Amino acid sequence: MEWLTLTIDGREVSVPKGTTVLDACRMNNIPIPTLCHAPELTSAGACRLCVVQIEGMRNLPPSCVTQATQGMKVETQNPKVRNARKVILELLVANHPLDCMTCQKMGDCSLAEYAYDYGVTGEVYQGEKRNLPIDSGNPFILRDQNKCILCGKCIKACSEIQGKSILDFSHRGFDTQVGPAFNLPYNESDCDFCGSCVSVCPVGALVEKQMVGKGRPWEVSKVQTTCPFCGVGCNFDLNVKDGKVIGVTSNPDAPVNGKALCVKGRFGMDMIYSDNRVTTPLIRKDGVLVPAEWDEALDLIATKLGEIKKTYGPNSIAALSSAHCTNEENYLMQKFMRAVIGTNNIDHCART
Amino acid sequence: MAENQRILVCAGTGCASSGALPIIDVLNNEIKRQGLEKTVSVVGTGCQGFCEKGPTLVIEPQQILYTRVTEEDVAEIIEQEFIKGERVERLLLVDQATQKPVSSMGDIRFFAKQHRIVLHNCGVIDPKKIEEYTARDGYKGIVKALKGMSPEEVMEEVKKSGLRGRGGAGFPTGLKWGFCRQTPSDKKYIICNADEGDPGAFMDRSVLEGDPHSVIEGMLIGAYAIGADEGYVYCRAEYPLAIKHLGIAIKQAEEAGYLGDNILGSGFNFHLKIFEGAGAFVCGEETALMASIEGKRGMPRVRPPFPAVSGLWGKPTNINNVETWSNIPHILRNGAEWYGQFGTEKSKGTKIFALTGKVNNTGLVEVPMGTTLREIIFDIGDGIQGGKKFKAVQIGGPSGGCLPEDMLDLAVDYDTLTQAGAMVGSGGLVIMDETTCMVDIARYFLNFSKKESCGKCTPCREGTTRMYEILDRITKGEGKEEDLDTLENLAITIKETSLCGLGQFAPSPILATLKYFRHEYEAHIHDHKCPAHNCTALLSYSIDVEKCKMCSLCAKNCPTNCISGDKKTNTPYVIDEEKCIKCGTCIEKCKFGAVTRA
Amino acid sequence: MTNSINEIPNTKVMFVIGSNATEAHPVIGTKMKQALAKGAKLIVADPRRIDLADHSDVWLRLRPGTDIALINGIMNIILANGWEDREFIEERTEGFEKVREAVQKYTPEVVSKVTGVPVENLVEAAKIYATAERAQIFYTLGITEHTCGTDNVMSLANLAMLTGNIGKESSGVNPMRGQNNVQGACDMGALPDVYPGYQKVANPEVQAKFEAAWGVPLDPNPGFMIPDMFEAAVSKDLRALYVLGEDPVITDADANHVRKGLQALDFLVVQEIFLSETAKLADVVLPGASYAEKTGTFSNTERRVQMVNQAIKPIGNAKTDGEIICELATRMGYPFEYQSSEEVMQEIAKLTPQFAGITHERLGTQGLQWPVPHAEHPGTKFLHEGKFTRGKGQFVAIENQLPAELPDEDYPLLLSTGRKLSHYNVFTQHSPSLEIHSPEELAEINPLDAKQLGLEDGEQVKVASRRGELKTKIMITERVPVGMVFMTLHYFDSPTNVLTNGAYDKVTKTYEYKVCGVKISKV
Repeated sequence: MEWLTLTIDGREVSVPKGTTVLDACRMNNIPIPTLCHAPELTSAGACRLCVVQIEGMRNLPPSCVTQATQGMKVETQNPKVRNARKVILELLVANHPLDCMTCQKMGDCSLAEYAYDYGVTGEVYQGEKRNLPIDSGNPFILRDQNKCILCGKCIKACSEIQGKSILDFSHRGFDTQVGPAFNLPYNESDCDFCGSCVSVCPVGALVEKQMVGKGRPWEVSKVQTTCPFCGVGCNFDLNVKDGKVIGVTSNPDAPVNGKALCVKGRFGMDMIYSDNRVTTPLIRKDGVLVPAEWDEALDLIATKLGEIKKTYGPNSIAALSSAHCTNEENYLMQKFMRAVIGTNNIDHCART
Repeated sequence: MAENQRILVCAGTGCASSGALPIIDVLNNEIKRQGLEKTVSVVGTGCQGFCEKGPTLVIEPQQILYTRVTEEDVAEIIEQEFIKGERVERLLLVDQATQKPVSSMGDIRFFAKQHRIVLHNCGVIDPKKIEEYTARDGYKGIVKALKGMSPEEVMEEVKKSGLRGRGGAGFPTGLKWGFCRQTPSDKKYIICNADEGDPGAFMDRSVLEGDPHSVIEGMLIGAYAIGADEGYVYCRAEYPLAIKHLGIAIKQAEEAGYLGDNILGSGFNFHLKIFEGAGAFVCGEETALMASIEGKRGMPRVRPPFPAVSGLWGKPTNINNVETWSNIPHILRNGAEWYGQFGTEKSKGTKIFALTGKVNNTGLVEVPMGTTLREIIFDIGDGIQGGKKFKAVQIGGPSGGCLPEDMLDLAVDYDTLTQAGAMVGSGGLVIMDETTCMVDIARYFLNFSKKESCGKCTPCREGTTRMYEILDRITKGEGKEEDLDTLENLAITIKETSLCGLGQFAPSPILATLKYFRHEYEAHIHDHKCPAHNCTALLSYSIDVEKCKMCSLCAKNCPTNCISGDKKTNTPYVIDEEKCIKCGTCIEKCKFGAVTRA
Repeated sequence: MTNSINEIPNTKVMFVIGSNATEAHPVIGTKMKQALAKGAKLIVADPRRIDLADHSDVWLRLRPGTDIALINGIMNIILANGWEDREFIEERTEGFEKVREAVQKYTPEVVSKVTGVPVENLVEAAKIYATAERAQIFYTLGITEHTCGTDNVMSLANLAMLTGNIGKESSGVNPMRGQNNVQGACDMGALPDVYPGYQKVANPEVQAKFEAAWGVPLDPNPGFMIPDMFEAAVSKDLRALYVLGEDPVITDADANHVRKGLQALDFLVVQEIFLSETAKLADVVLPGASYAEKTGTFSNTERRVQMVNQAIKPIGNAKTDGEIICELATRMGYPFEYQSSEEVMQEIAKLTPQFAGITHERLGTQGLQWPVPHAEHPGTKFLHEGKFTRGKGQFVAIENQLPAELPDEDYPLLLSTGRKLSHYNVFTQHSPSLEIHSPEELAEINPLDAKQLGLEDGEQVKVASRRGELKTKIMITERVPVGMVFMTLHYFDSPTNVLTNGAYDKVTKTYEYKVCGVKISKV
């Protein structure tokens, strides 16, 4: 690999050829604010927040789409650069609701974080603000376009991750919006509800509806796990607050899927708390299944299986193991049948 | 009586809309009636440039220009010109300086200082006839290239000519071609950018309408040099006549073997298509233009990669605008050295401008690079309308800047204008007089830019609206002390951080007016006055009792009945400012100059 | 899968047959679309106009159950044009001549007649697949859920070997497993003829190894496969059944027959997280734990073993399934004394060569693709590089076969079944949000058939087969060809498998879910 050396804020750093200035900074722990950049998506260079000053270059180039070159001299924090970023943030905040207290994204909002960092007040530009209807017509995604900063990541996620391309910009200039064709609500569009758009939204414009009001980012612990809803094996994070799963969020390091998920993986977790869960053993008494203690149920099974084995032989007992259970559980089940009962009568829905 | 006389009737969009087309029919009928059809023919040409005085027609070979011709004038013109051999004096142009009619085009100031290379055929030939183009050396450039020059030699010739892109930025054309040529690829495209969007600019439209073959020939030469076999002309759909004429020209060129496969037996293939844009200003930006052709939303993308590396459908692509392409055949025909004699050291050749605004002669003019603004405005343009005082010239459209009177002697070339805070741009020249408010002008251009912003990048999308809002406030007298600092900081940030040229240059009208006319801003903010008496909200009307004769005309005509007074009781006439809507009717009506506006 | 999922975006040609990836394997579907965006070509063979068909370069709309004819026809075209990979055939395979002979009579014209696919589409597909630098075949249950499922798979293997499209990155034959851990359940020996790692129960050496490890004598005779179990229950050869996390009354073909079998048992135990239809028949129901409530591993369709990490305690009085089995074994006199699922994995690794290098710790956040033969092994991205498991690849001549039951006068429509995006098997109906989003079955029927039957879109109808009947709403759509009805397996209220045929593949005993005859009437 070819390496090159450049100077960032007076510091010499070496990066592989083909690295962007943004990545060069991040590799060296130099913070650069970004709103429209995501490593898994192509860079639009649209939000312009990552601008830096580069010797010999006209204007302030955006670092996310500027390739590092040998000998380049970059300044990321000088007053000119910081002023430009502050102006951009003021512009965004001027057209953004300031209801952060009740916003689901509070604590995880990139705009709020940078606005704070750059001392943005929201008072510099007073004028027109968007006032668009909120799309809440589906069970999964809450879409508040008034919070949208038009970074375009949802559009790219929809086309580049999901291959669906149901989102795009419409209208122009200040009136620009993001949405499905004809600005239909999500549930009237071709949306698959994979939620990739939600996973990349830097603000509160797209949030998981089920998680609204259920927990703040700092209250939630994330547990990476494997999705149980098909054979692809996507990984995601279960978001847990007070011993309860409140939702699912993408884990960018998921080996198979990255941030991509489908509607089931991302939103089907409410199945865990279904009213139809069996939460206690049941034993059929007088033809009816009635709740029982574990001991009673397990003793009954042990006794019955023991009797049947004794009377009709081990091959009169069979088990269906489960393609939904873990490897360890399947191992235990077949070991149970083979070593404890003494039969190879074990199978599962291996073929569906 | 001379043989083979021609009547060239301007049938460009401007003259057509002022009634030129029926005149052609009437002319033909009248010629027939007089039995002149053997000696006199009528040609509908492209734009002759003198749009202000349209419909215009020129009698050849005498070069007599008639202006503001109507159908009723036709019989008299035929009678006088072709039977009596005399002029129709009343239809001749009157020189504003001498107040005398001028008959010969060579004596008309509007034409005298022009030098027509690109417009060489405009207004002279019938653009719907390929043979009229070839009769004036058309397609000799491509023949020369195909018969005896390698693509590299063609490129060298263009490089040597010093031609720079006429679309605005002035990038050296030959160099640009070279980038595209160098990129290895199985397929390359060339594109003609005919998405002329600046308000008041119509140079490209006129060339396409009046001389479409010159664009085709230029593209052919470019394609040969670059190694492209397919091209598009991206033309805004609001130019139906240009699209029609270009369509006819393409078909004729195909039939004549100039377009298609194995052109003139050389083995070189080139196919040309027209793509109609839907009228977005931003689609004049090359990456947005290509996205539009690909069927996507017309939005610019970051460069690099430049189109020369990855353009239309990911293939190397070279884009030039109409005027640039139209220069090419002349360079090939006459050579780079010939071309190099026009213009300045770093800006070669000529430039077409659309001269509009408060100037006597508005229209299309082509001058050598380096001509001064003063020459264009006061010689060619024949000065300011109504003898008013010149205030500023907006050059380069909404992306350009306003220059004040003390810069009138600047030479018009790429580098000089950029230094002065304006730009050649595509060539719009809007002349403003003392009644123009410079804050309002900036507001006007920002209104355009904010509407045409594509919405992709933050500074342009949000910032143009905020700049507009501040300017709007100032023109309404609601400006705040800090507004100028806010505006300047915002303008500079937008200029330096926007993604494409639209955003980068959207603040130019503000920055230029702040630079040269800051006092007008200050007057609005501090004194709540508009020095040009243009901003309605800042005007106040009053009646000078000394001058008032109590005729009551003002009161009678006031639409809001806010003027009261009575001659009988000797009650002076006064204006109730609360009710006054500042329409100015009272000033117009007063015969004694008693009403004043401040 | 012989390849890995993340090889898909870089593949050049995809041949997707009997697989509705964008709905049944959504994220694989997205990877396929990513490949398309990069210029990959796509061949889709499916009777239904699935989403991928709309993105394909060639869509082969074959009649259900004519896959072998289709593949043989494609091979015929490949051979006729000399597009086969001679070198690969000679060096890495055997039995080619027999296949060459067998496919001779499958001329494009004959195959077009049998499959209903136009000749030019067959030729185009053959050309795209065979002349590609790298091509991958993807198949799912549209291939396997036929009485000739095994032969269908072997046909695809023939095609891949004929063109040398196997054993390379982005080039192979990729069955996509339907259920989340069906791969793992197979790997773990939840099959009647093999121990973990596909070690045959009939192999004395293997038997000795497991007897030594487990300290008990073991039976060398393979046990019952699923269809056998229900037969044996009816004949009283089987007395007790323990069902772990499955709902055969809903998911197995000919559900009424399954129900009969379960009702004939002396003792039925069901361990489940919901009170399933099968659980309702049980003598004892044990509450298991959902994926969020336990730690362990799943193996995905690309053989990647990944961690399932416990996030919350089991709901109510429920226990993890592993815990329940351990307690039961202990009560039956064979103590299962594992302190954690990690310990179980240690035992698996010891006994299973493919898992030898796997520990929970090593799996971490990225998992490992088996085979992982030792503790330093990085896992295996794709299989059959340079050499097949059995040595040389075996060509097998296969003839076209008809499904066990085709539509006839009494049952004139062909029913095919499958999944849809918004649900997974039967238990996602318990997700309130998914239930709101997609609450009921919508049997797909072609407009012409609907017109003939006088049916309106969204109308409730009765669907009946020789084995049972149900009610469902219909969706009138050209996604299905004339004469075909498509239903999913997701809904309790429209339990599709009361209709399906219990006929099965002779080798794998997989039911023919994809073809049977039904009739539709108004209610």
